[in-house]
Amino acid sequence: MSALTVSDEHTASSKAKVIQPAWVRALHWTNAFAMVLMIMSGWQIYNASPLFDFRFSSSITLGGWLGGALLWHFAAMWLLMVNGLIYLTVGLATGRFRKKLLPITPEGVISDTKAALTGKLSHDDLTKYNYVQKLLYAGIIVVGILIVLSGLAIWKPVQLQYLTALFGGYDAARYVHFFCMAAIVAFMVVHVALALLVPKSLRAMIIGR
Amino acid sequence: MGRMRNLLIPGVDKTLLVRDAVKTMPDLTRRRFISGGASLGALTLLTGCDVTDSFSAEEMLKQVSKFNDGVQALIFNPNAMAPTFSEKDITKPFPFNAYYDLEDAPTVDGKTWKLEVRGLVENKKSWTLEELYQLPQVKQITRHICVEGWSAIGSWTGTPLRDFLKLVGADTRAKYVWFQCADKDGYNSPLDMATALHAQTQMTFKFGDEILPRAYGFPMKIRVPTKLGFKNPKYVISMEVTNDYKGGFWEDQGYNSFSGS
Repeated sequence: MSALTVSDEHTASSKAKVIQPAWVRALHWTNAFAMVLMIMSGWQIYNASPLFDFRFSSSITLGGWLGGALLWHFAAMWLLMVNGLIYLTVGLATGRFRKKLLPITPEGVISDTKAALTGKLSHDDLTKYNYVQKLLYAGIIVVGILIVLSGLAIWKPVQLQYLTALFGGYDAARYVHFFCMAAIVAFMVVHVALALLVPKSLRAMIIGR
Repeated sequence: MGRMRNLLIPGVDKTLLVRDAVKTMPDLTRRRFISGGASLGALTLLTGCDVTDSFSAEEMLKQVSKFNDGVQALIFNPNAMAPTFSEKDITKPFPFNAYYDLEDAPTVDGKTWKLEVRGLVENKKSWTLEELYQLPQVKQITRHICVEGWSAIGSWTGTPLRDFLKLVGADTRAKYVWFQCADKDGYNSPLDMATALHAQTQMTFKFGDEILPRAYGFPMKIRVPTKLGFKNPKYVISMEVTNDYKGGFWEDQGYNSFSGS
């Protein structure tokens, strides 16, 4: 009887060891690849008609010139969109978003931010996101949706003119698209830095455990 | 990648081989290949692939661009009108934009200029400017969007292209209307028939109620508010109704051919 209980517990704990299921890992790295292509080609496109008083160095852009960058941008967009749609569909259908990202409470975010800044945040159980993670992961999903929609609004301001109008017109949609990019780049910097600080989280995103 | 590797001969320097191959390309292709190759260096870092892979990457991108032409033709709604604006929204001054400076813009003599009409049309007669000015004109204030990203609102007046195509008995089942222009190096651009027949696609003779100035394409420009700016040819000298894809100045260099907005 007691032996049975032990083996049950054993199965349960080895099952719980899977932190990131295979579908999350596959979609995560596909998204990372597509995002890098989109951002680097996007910087080259930005350079053709900058919104602000700066250009991106050609050493960090993709495509060589505007025409090449547009080819990359409008190819990688399919990868980004299809991958993103699968992620949203599976995330909603399996209840992963609800289970992993909700609820987000202001108290939780404040106390976890304090804990993180004082080095007291626990990383013992990587299957549970802390409130700062919940907020950032949920937030970046929203930004991801916004950058695709504002991109469509810029690409098709006649065929999708209602979408373009929703962003405040063609020129405003360009700014929205830019600031979403900036938010994603800022997220990536923090995200990569923290993954390197807590290497087992990076390992979990590669091999699942 | 494997295909390229197999083509390489052991003992032959890959870089030199690529350089020799590039030499055999026509000028334009060479220019593009080199500029593309430089940027592909960045991708090489990401994928660890050899620079010779840029051959296949470029081919892949071309195929996706063709696929995107199809997608855009599919979502093109002939009844969707480009938003129109009021006089006060007009961008002043409206930017001059070309691959050359204003002083190099073509100077066309309106008295001797004729619009040549070729291809799948019943009446291949050439039209003088005076004859074209007799046709009914409409004015529209729309947003011009450049492939570079900037946009400007302008006022264009002229004859709907579809009325003219009907007048000359064009076969509107043909795939393209191909325009040739007087710009230096010979600008040209194909327009898909569905867009050519769109109610707002216009043979433009006036900008802001004035005869089209030289900067904006005198004597005639094709204004297509459902396309990016480079699909709006200026200084037009001929139009050809055709089923053949004849390429275009920018299209041949890699800008997406449909480029609908």
